[in-house]
Amino acid sequence: MLEGLTLTWGQGCSMGRMNTVINNATPAAVSVSGLRKAYGEKVVLNGVDLTIGEGEVFGLLGPNGAGKTTIVRILSTLLPADAGTVSVLGHDLGSEAGAVRSLIGVTGQFSAVDNLLTGEENLALIGRLLHVPAAERRARAAQLLERFGLVEAAKQTPATYSGGMKRRLDIAMTLMGRPQLIFLDEPTTGLDPRSRYAMWQLIRDLAAEGVTVLLTTQYLEEADQLADRIAVLDRGRIVAEGTPKQLKRRIIPGAHILLRFADAASLDAAARVLGEGSRDDNELVLRVPSDGGIRSLRDMLARLGNGVAVEDLSIHTPDLDDVFFALTGNPSKEQTQ
Amino acid sequence: MTAPTIAIQDATTMLGRELKHTLRFPLLLVGTILVPVVMLLLFDYILGAPISHGLGAAAHGASYVDFLVPGILVMTVAASCGPTAIQVNTDMTSGIIDRIRTMAVSRGALLAGHVGGSVVRTLLATAVLTGVALAVGFRPKASLVDWLIVAGIAAAFAIALAWVSAALGLAARSVAGANSSTLPIQFLLPFLSSTFVPADSMPVGVRWFAEHQPFTPVVESLRALLTDAPLGNNAYLALAWCAAIALVGYVWAQAGLRRRYPAS
Repeated sequence: MLEGLTLTWGQGCSMGRMNTVINNATPAAVSVSGLRKAYGEKVVLNGVDLTIGEGEVFGLLGPNGAGKTTIVRILSTLLPADAGTVSVLGHDLGSEAGAVRSLIGVTGQFSAVDNLLTGEENLALIGRLLHVPAAERRARAAQLLERFGLVEAAKQTPATYSGGMKRRLDIAMTLMGRPQLIFLDEPTTGLDPRSRYAMWQLIRDLAAEGVTVLLTTQYLEEADQLADRIAVLDRGRIVAEGTPKQLKRRIIPGAHILLRFADAASLDAAARVLGEGSRDDNELVLRVPSDGGIRSLRDMLARLGNGVAVEDLSIHTPDLDDVFFALTGNPSKEQTQ
Repeated sequence: MTAPTIAIQDATTMLGRELKHTLRFPLLLVGTILVPVVMLLLFDYILGAPISHGLGAAAHGASYVDFLVPGILVMTVAASCGPTAIQVNTDMTSGIIDRIRTMAVSRGALLAGHVGGSVVRTLLATAVLTGVALAVGFRPKASLVDWLIVAGIAAAFAIALAWVSAALGLAARSVAGANSSTLPIQFLLPFLSSTFVPADSMPVGVRWFAEHQPFTPVVESLRALLTDAPLGNNAYLALAWCAAIALVGYVWAQAGLRRRYPAS
């Protein structure tokens, strides 16, 4: 099964390159090749190639420490790369950092608001530093406060804001400069579900306006919901790239049904009837591969019949762990048992 | 807009931000004022009587409070070092600076705002200290021109120390460390100068140090101007020290900025 997967991933990579070729026909918002970064002995980025088309929402998916933030920091001119070429909106990052800065907007993982200035003053500060004329500055700030539901909080400092409000002010500051390309580094980390959905909607709105977005996330679901294309980053390398649909098709092996039993006898009976899956005798759990669909579930229940008492049943759709186990060729925990 | 115009505009914006910070976080200013006020009261009321007996010719016939206040004003300038280093260090660890660095903002504006803010705070604090000094019996014999020169030397010293404080703030790993690193400037150097007692009343080694460190000519200049005593070459020495300290502080701060942010 693993060999099959590796083969699939090989195809995935070549598809990624095809995309690069296609995107070169229309101007790419970002093109990165051979990007490397190391801190002493620790290699953070080990030859990253990426192409983001104009107007695209591009999801960079990976666990903590994969190098997502390092990529964002390099692309947003905060950190020099050790090697590789990067072109952002037609400008070379190394020689034209100033031009790049005037076209991008960045919302980092940690809130980049001034905690001693009010919401309004934060926006005014950014407007001044962007050299926006006073009248337009005020108009734009008022518009953004309205759009992000911060009108009532405009005269208060972020110390009184909730996490979601802070993040919204952060993004409003990013939008003050009307950037053509926005970097959003884990924009929903630490937000409650409601704020998270509001953030998703906001990212969709930005995409609808034609802004190119590079979004980093740890959550497969988030990338799935928002991104036109996803690259999976693992230990400083892109290990897969494609549309969410393409990726998920390859990740299906991670889907399974988990059956829990009251006693070992029931577990034995179920394992005998189903004839597949991996069992855990300590937890009294049987893990049965499945596509998670209703048909296969009904099928399985029919085979178990009334004779086998199942205490608990849960359906697991592929999660990020499955992606990484599949992509990096590491056998998952259950397979080693 | 030309590049210098943009640079000045950005520096003004950052200065405005720093002044707003001072208003929102007045402790920055209160601390700068409180310590010199305590020193003034302590030395004038409690230690003043015995010290003035031994003062002799150094006071040029003035009372101890007249001798003391010019030194306290210089100490007030030095007291700004702590808040400045704290502000710079806080900024470097906060996200807002990363945001500004991803914008096309002139690179010098960031520290210029801090240094400018520090100088404004310092001049405010010295004005308050002058008021307190007058209230406790300070009777200066200075003309308007003398006062202007006093303000000029104080401002020059404030600019010089602000650059050093910015460099210390950049070098420190934490806010607490930033504050501690300025303590020698705030306390050690004033005590080992002619701030509280004349340098020639000190033991030989300390006296040599006191006579050859920057606080003494700055204090002596202000003392001469405010008590109508002979100025000598103290003002030139003081300004030369200010220029040298400012230059070293500036270069050190720029190096600190480059070390923290290799890309900019």
